[in-house]
Formats: sequence, C-alpha cells, structure tokens
Amino acid sequence: MFSCVHARTWRPVLRDWPRAYCVTVLAFGVVAFAPSVWAQTPAPAQAQAAAPQSPAELREELQRLRQEFESIRDAYGARLSALEARLQQAGATPAPPDQPAPVAPLPAPPAATAPAAPAPQTQTTEAQVPQGAAGAGGPAGALPVYGNASAMSKIFNPDIAVIGNFVGAAGRNEIDPRPAMQLDEAELSLQAVVDPYARADFFLAASPEGLEVEEGFLTFPTLPGGLLLKVGKLKAQFGKANTLHSHALPWVDQPLVVRNLLGGEEGFNDSGISVSKLILNPVLFLEATGEIYQGENELFSSRKRGDLAYLGRLRGYRDITEGVNLDVGTSIAYGHNDNATDTGTTLTTRVFGLDATLRYRPLRRAIYRRLLARTELLWSRRGEENGDVRSFGLYGSTEYQFARRWFAGVRYDWSERDSDSSLVDKGPSLLVTYWPSEFSQIRGQYRRTRYAEGATANELLFQFLFSIGAHGAHTF
Amino acid sequence: MKPSLILAALFGLAFSAAVPRAEAALNVVTTTTDLASIVSEIGGDKVTVESLARGYQDPHFVEAKPSFVLKLHQADLLVLVGRDLEIGWLPALITQSRNARIQPGADGYFDASLTAKILDLPTGQITRAMGDVHPLGNPHYWLDPENGRRIAKAVQAKLAQKDAANAAYYAQRAADFDRRLTEAQQRWKSMMAPYKGLKVVTYHRSWPNFADAFGLDVIGYIEPKPGIPPTPQHTLDVIQAMKAQQVKLILVEPYFDLKTPNSIASQTGGKVLVLPPSVGGVKGADDYLKLFETEISLLAAAIKATGAK
Repeated sequence: MFSCVHARTWRPVLRDWPRAYCVTVLAFGVVAFAPSVWAQTPAPAQAQAAAPQSPAELREELQRLRQEFESIRDAYGARLSALEARLQQAGATPAPPDQPAPVAPLPAPPAATAPAAPAPQTQTTEAQVPQGAAGAGGPAGALPVYGNASAMSKIFNPDIAVIGNFVGAAGRNEIDPRPAMQLDEAELSLQAVVDPYARADFFLAASPEGLEVEEGFLTFPTLPGGLLLKVGKLKAQFGKANTLHSHALPWVDQPLVVRNLLGGEEGFNDSGISVSKLILNPVLFLEATGEIYQGENELFSSRKRGDLAYLGRLRGYRDITEGVNLDVGTSIAYGHNDNATDTGTTLTTRVFGLDATLRYRPLRRAIYRRLLARTELLWSRRGEENGDVRSFGLYGSTEYQFARRWFAGVRYDWSERDSDSSLVDKGPSLLVTYWPSEFSQIRGQYRRTRYAEGATANELLFQFLFSIGAHGAHTF
Repeated sequence: MKPSLILAALFGLAFSAAVPRAEAALNVVTTTTDLASIVSEIGGDKVTVESLARGYQDPHFVEAKPSFVLKLHQADLLVLVGRDLEIGWLPALITQSRNARIQPGADGYFDASLTAKILDLPTGQITRAMGDVHPLGNPHYWLDPENGRRIAKAVQAKLAQKDAANAAYYAQRAADFDRRLTEAQQRWKSMMAPYKGLKVVTYHRSWPNFADAFGLDVIGYIEPKPGIPPTPQHTLDVIQAMKAQQVKLILVEPYFDLKTPNSIASQTGGKVLVLPPSVGGVKGADDYLKLFETEISLLAAAIKATGAK
C-alpha cells in the first residue's frame, strides 16, 4: 500500500500506471495465497467431525468450553494480583528472610466444573503457569533487572528518558496568549557512549507544533590539548537561559529578553560545531568557547551557504567559599538576517551578552537550602532595511529553596524589541515551586507583563514537569 | 569574513597537540573522603589525593561545580564509589574534564565497588515508585571494614600498575594498613560485642554494611522510601514500631534535618545520634580507621546513655 502511494508522488506523469500496477500486485497476491487459505479451511472441519454432531451436544460442548475459559481467566487474574502484591511487598521491605511470602488463594481447578473436559486441554492450562513465578508461595526466582546481563539485547541501548512539560495559563493576555492547558513539550532523550572516543546525546522535543530535534550532537571529550568538541545540532552557548532545556529553567516561561533579542522561546539553537578549551591558571576556572553555525534559526537567517553564524564565549568561575560561588560570562553572536529584506542587500545581526550568577548552597544542608541569583544583559544590533536597530534588554532572577521540597522565586524582565528599540516590554514574575521528588515538579508563576502596545497582561501560569527513565546529569 | 579560514583555524586549534604535563607524584582524585583516605594510606607521599565531596555532605547531591572540572582535568586516576551513587553529578564532570585518562573504560577510571561486597541488590523489577532506589545495590558499602580492606587491595594493584616504579612501596604500605585494620577490627568488634542485635532506626538506608559488620539490627528508616522526605503517617508508624520493639536509638547522617528524628525521639524516649558515614563527617573522623573509631565510640556512649540493651 505504501509503495503505491510513493509511486504516485514520484511519477505524477504516469498517474494511471501505478494504480494498474497496484491492482496487478493485489490480484497476484490473492491468487497466490488463496490456495493456502482453502487448504487450511478443511482442517477445523475435520476436527469438528471427530467432536459430537448434534446441535444440542454442540451447545453443551460450547457451554463447557466457556466455563473452562472463565475459570482459567479467574485463576490467572488471581495469580497476577498475587504477584503484584509480592512485588510491592519486596519494594517496601527488601529481603525479609523470615517472613513468608503472601499466599494468594487460588480458585479450584477447572476440572471440578468440567468433568467431561478433554484431557489435553487441562494439561495445557497447567503448563501455561510458569514454575516458580506463580506468586503462591513458590521460590522467588530472579526476575529481570534493568541493565542485567540477561537483558543482553538491551545492554547497548542508550539511556532513555522522557520529560513531560505540562503548562497551563489563567488570566488575560491579548498580545502573547497561550492555551489554557497544553502539554507544551515531551522531551525524549537518548544518551550513550558511541565508542572509546565519543558520546552522543539526542534530545527530541515533541510539542503541539510537531516533533523537532532540539539537540542531537556528538561529543569528543578526549581530544588532546584540553579541548571539548561537539558536532551536531546544539543549543548555542550564549549566556545561561539560552543553553537550558525548557524543563531545566527555573521559570515556566523564558524571560522576555530571550524572546525579544535571541529569537524567541526556542532561542538560538542550530546545526554547527562547538569547540571549547580550558584556560588553565591558578586563579579561576576559565573556559573559552568558539562555535560556528549554519546560520538558519530563530535568530539568524542566511541565503548563501557561506553566510554562517559565529559565537564566542568566555566564562569564568570561582569558589568564594565552599558553599558560595560566582559564575560570570560574556558571549557574542554574529550572523545574517537576510530574510528581513526583499531587496537582496546583506543584513547582519550581532548580539552581545553579559551574565552573572551567584550561588549559595551550604554543604551540610545541601538538600534543604540554596540560593541562586542570576542576571543576563543583552545588547543587540540588528540590520534592518532602513538602518541598524540597537536594542537592549535584561532580566534579573532569584530562586531560594526554603525547605526540602519548596522553592520561591522572583524575576524582573525589561527588554526592547530587536526590530524596533522604541518598543519596550517589561514586568515582574513571582514563582513557587514544589518538588514531590527529584523526578517531578509542580510550579506556579504569577506574571504581570506590560507590553509595548500598551496592554497589560496579568497571568497565572502553572506547570507540571515529570521525568521517567534515566536522564543524564545536567551541567552546572 | 572568510568562514573557511575560521573553520580551519578552529580545527587547527582543536588538533594542535598540547602534551599533558608530566608530574612527579601520581595525581589521584576521589569522589568521597573515605576513598581519598584509603588511597592516601596506600599511596603515602608518592601520590597526591583529593576528594571532590566533603565528608559532611550528602554524596548523592554534590554539585557539578566547574572547580571540580579543573581537578578532574589534572587527574591521573579517578576513584569513585560507583553503584550509581554519583550518577547525578559525576558523568557531566567527567565529560567536561577533557581528560582522556579518566573517561569511563579508560585506565584511570577506577570503580571501587567492583571489589566490594554489595548489599541490597534488588531482585524483582524495580520502579521509582520505590523511591530513589539504587538498581545496582546499596552504594554505602565502604562502611564495612572488610570492604575497606578489599578496596585497599584493589587500590594497591591499581597504583602499582600506574606507577610500577613504586610498586614495592605501595605493597608495603598496603600490608601495613591491612595489619592495622585487622587489629582495630578486633578492638571494634569487642567494643560492640555486648550490643549484638541492638535494634536501631536510621534516617537513610546508609548503614546496611555497617549493621552487618557490627551486629546492629536496623528495624526501620525515618525516610518512608529512599530519598523521600519523612511523611506524618510514616513517622507515626516509626514511632509505633520503636515503642513496640523498645528501640531507643536513631542514627542520623550529618546532612539530614534533625527535626523529625528529634520529635520521634521525644515521643519514644529515645536518643538521636548524629553518626558520620564518611571521613570528615564530624570532628575526629579524620581517616578511614578513625572514622570507625569515632562511630564505635559514639555508638557505645549513646547506647550507654539510653540504657538500652
């Protein structure tokens, strides 16, 4: 069937030929398989011939079979629930050796209800219950464990995780409305070591807009000269917010400055090559990063193959005490935005950014207290047909963990728009985050935005984040 | 702007060989202080050793700080606890370290758990409904001195392999450590002998190897499930279990909040004892042998104070 569809799209000229071809194939298939079908049909008839002939006997036989089937089904149901109970027991109190396993009462064997049942069928019923796995006091055999050698076919599978990001919104926003409720993103991550020289990470993001490769890259961590090379589709190392996946952000939304000056909610991610190097010195951690991109993303657009986008970043980090540290970076990105013009002139955009992060996390109470204060400042110079537009934007944000599962946060946004610097969007946000566990998170954000158009939006955003599987550790 | 030139320059930079500097002493980085202590027992002054985590820090939740990247960048040998203890922070650090010697599978990547006796290996299918379970078994295995002995032996072999010139030195130090450990073990065993089978409650599932080695009976945990903070219902269950079985001692790791343990203790007439699971966890637990020395004497004092038997 699929081949027929393809044939049609490939060769529109020969429109009638593929259809005829398909019909022929189908006809041939029917002729070829028909004899075997006919050959098989007599078999049940022969089987029936040996069974009782009269309608009354047949009905009786049918009734008996139905009873038998129901009793088998009940027995399986009971055994299954017994097995589940045992598994839960094992999870709550691992290895209590002197405690007998719960014995589930099994219903009487089907033989009582069906005395005339043919012998072979009863035997099959018993054979289908695996030895030792019955959950009825039998020895607890080793069930498959993830990553166990018995699961040989799975052993080289990558680490797989899925993160759901469910976002809801209440209140009014006429400028940038989002749906009342939406599974914003389901991020699938596949991560594994490729060979002794490289590892690969894929992050596929399924959103209402479709499935997209958010990132997919190869990392060479062991190059000489202290270099780290990444090749593939990457989130550009511009500042901080742009490098984070949406589930790792400390807010429900991206700050306005990322949306206004870095191309939008997705920010700057593109296909390219990234090289970074540690600059060793006795004072601080210093890392220089250089990246080259295709130049076709939400921030840049190019018409020619040679119109690439470039990024440079320098990041410094220093521990102030064992619980306090400071992380400062500067980034610059350069590329073309030729789509802004129809006349064929070459336009370029340059964005310069500064970011600073102060972290506090006392080691003795690391799971109860932490503070993260961060600011990013961006300057954009964007070529437009009637001259360059220079715009500026920033956000400042603080997140404080005040209990093991609770975080409170605040953020302030102020940003001009990259196409017209006289338009300014601004507003504060208040956040509360609750962690049921490391693997799920519930967040509420009150956001008040004053848009340049004059409208003010008061919104309550809420978010459920949940993760299953083995998601790799995040970089700091 | 000639992109091809820049590309060429970047690749030139990428593949220009900067030879790693030669060091006099073997540079060892460990994830925890316990491993650092064992390495320095064997390595003496022929190695420099540093631990990423501190002894009073929860080793599950260490931050992957860039300053650790620098330490790993220079390391000749990385010794880790393994069993997924460091899963939340170490893999990202190793990737960023740009150090081929310590990548997983390389010669300088040394998982100490491979020689140790591991408890709590799950058999059935495991899910995260059981909390933050460790699918590869309980990673707090260094709290059995016998495992310390096994780790020391493996460390000796590894150091001898990395630095063959000093193999005899390492062997001699390992033998010395083994002897001191055996002596101390006898002393600890005799100190704990009167309390064999003593029932205790612990905060996290950190102590199965310790309980095994010194004859304690852990009857419950303050955490309802590993990594899940205490809940009111579970706290009530613990109080009832402690009353029913006349348990008087609650062991808490230094990095947990004492509020719930204290309130349980006040309702059961028990005592909360902050017991360090790692070297450097409290004052005086300065090395691997002193860690047990401290633990045993703290325990003995606490048991006497509660009058439990």
